[in-house]
Amino acid sequence: MHRVDFGLRGGTMSDDVMRDGSAGGEKAARRVVVTGLGVVAPNGCGLERYTEALRGGVSGIRHIPLLEELKFGCTVGGIPEGVDEISEAYFPPDELLAMNTSHRFGCIAAIDAWTDAGLERPDPDDDRVHWEAGAIIGTGIGGLDTAGERLIPMVDAGRTRRLGSTMVEQVMGSGVSARVAGLLSLGNQVTANSSACSTGTEAIIEGCQRIRAGLAERMVCGGTEGSSHYTWAGFDAMRVLCRAHNDEPEKASRPMSASAGGFVPGSGAGMMLVESLESAQERGARIYAEILGGAINCGGHRSGGSMTAPNADGVQRCIRAAVADAAIDPDEIDAISGHLTATGADPKEIGSWAKGLERSPETFPVITSTKSMIGHALGAAGALESVACVLMLRDRFVHPSINCEDVHPEIELYGGSIPHVVREMPELNTMIKAGFGFGDVNACVIFRRWAD
Amino acid sequence: MTRDEIFAKVVEIVKPFVKNEDALAAVNDETNILEDLKVNSARLVDIILNFEDEFDIEVEDEDADAVNTVGDAVALIEEKLS
Repeated sequence: MHRVDFGLRGGTMSDDVMRDGSAGGEKAARRVVVTGLGVVAPNGCGLERYTEALRGGVSGIRHIPLLEELKFGCTVGGIPEGVDEISEAYFPPDELLAMNTSHRFGCIAAIDAWTDAGLERPDPDDDRVHWEAGAIIGTGIGGLDTAGERLIPMVDAGRTRRLGSTMVEQVMGSGVSARVAGLLSLGNQVTANSSACSTGTEAIIEGCQRIRAGLAERMVCGGTEGSSHYTWAGFDAMRVLCRAHNDEPEKASRPMSASAGGFVPGSGAGMMLVESLESAQERGARIYAEILGGAINCGGHRSGGSMTAPNADGVQRCIRAAVADAAIDPDEIDAISGHLTATGADPKEIGSWAKGLERSPETFPVITSTKSMIGHALGAAGALESVACVLMLRDRFVHPSINCEDVHPEIELYGGSIPHVVREMPELNTMIKAGFGFGDVNACVIFRRWAD
Repeated sequence: MTRDEIFAKVVEIVKPFVKNEDALAAVNDETNILEDLKVNSARLVDIILNFEDEFDIEVEDEDADAVNTVGDAVALIEEKLS
């Protein structure tokens, strides 16, 4: 019997005792719930607009003239709209001078998650600190707009003296979590995680873990990724971005489709206020969902895994470990929010879900890709999609996975599980969400609708 | 440019960084930029750069270090312009 993945409850698990994911077999771990959500997405900022766009299968992908001018292969992308106006309403002018797109998206979503949870945005002159509340806010790439547009050209031109005071905070990995700490007066752990495209999902699991361990009561968790051609250029050069649908942007992001031609770059932020059940009940907070469990692992770049490809065994173990950590039967999963980016990896991912959840094409749960509408927001993707999961659980629907009317032939048997229009599911209770990233890293989380 | 004009421009440049609006409403030569207006000290660098751009002058680090009040800033700019 060999040791495998680590789940949220911190115990080591063997293949044979996957159900017993808790340390020492104890179930003493505290329950963790989601009480607030915030979202800045290419197809809608704010919960209601995002929900409406998801329901309606509304794409946020647009033609980006700059990408065409700069001769990118992919000239479409997902950029949230109306953010400048929201930023001016949310932040004082001196702070705005130090906030690139990643900061703006992340801070708007974090404040929204906080206030959505019924908490007050603190007065800057109030010296009280929320010692029991922290933040884990990740990013995949970070402030490359600041680096590309100001830092590097000015330094190279010998103008370092003219950079101003705001460079470090805009390019440091923890810049957004640090700023959120000031906006919300957070006194618990405030940090940034980074694990490529699994970042956002990982942040939620890590925050949950901290609360379970009794080290915090509330954590603002999620991911943010700025809109920058500098961020997207490397992916374009790798030829992993979609080039075949530049003339029809809304159809360009095609997860699970036979005509998928690579992912569409996206940007934005998703945040969750993750809280101990105790704390939520004590303050009478509205509870959206419980985070039943989760798991994080890496495929070790073996068995086909690499810097850029997943080891399928690692993916399946991560899914199984999340189910074990949640202490549920895999049959209880009602719907899947896949990683599903619209690359050649989609059919393999479906295969891994089937194995990991022990489902056949006939019994396979509903599966959808939020990326079909917002593109791939890299470090923010898992958070944007987790917010979508909680909203879907709240309103009991699964949003359409658009642009895959021509289901990929390798997954034809699973075609019935893919909603092309919104699917109302009055019995929707449990959703599983996974994110996979460069480096062969995986994160998988399970949410259950809260029943009062 | 008159001293009053310089003063008005200095206040305009400092304004976005001010955290104490009441002190800004009563601004005068003796108003301390950090202590009274509650400007974040790291942002002084940006204010000085904005002085340079607005008045087309160059402010050395030693000169910048000597700016504490709005009056100090006005005097420094007047001197650079003369």
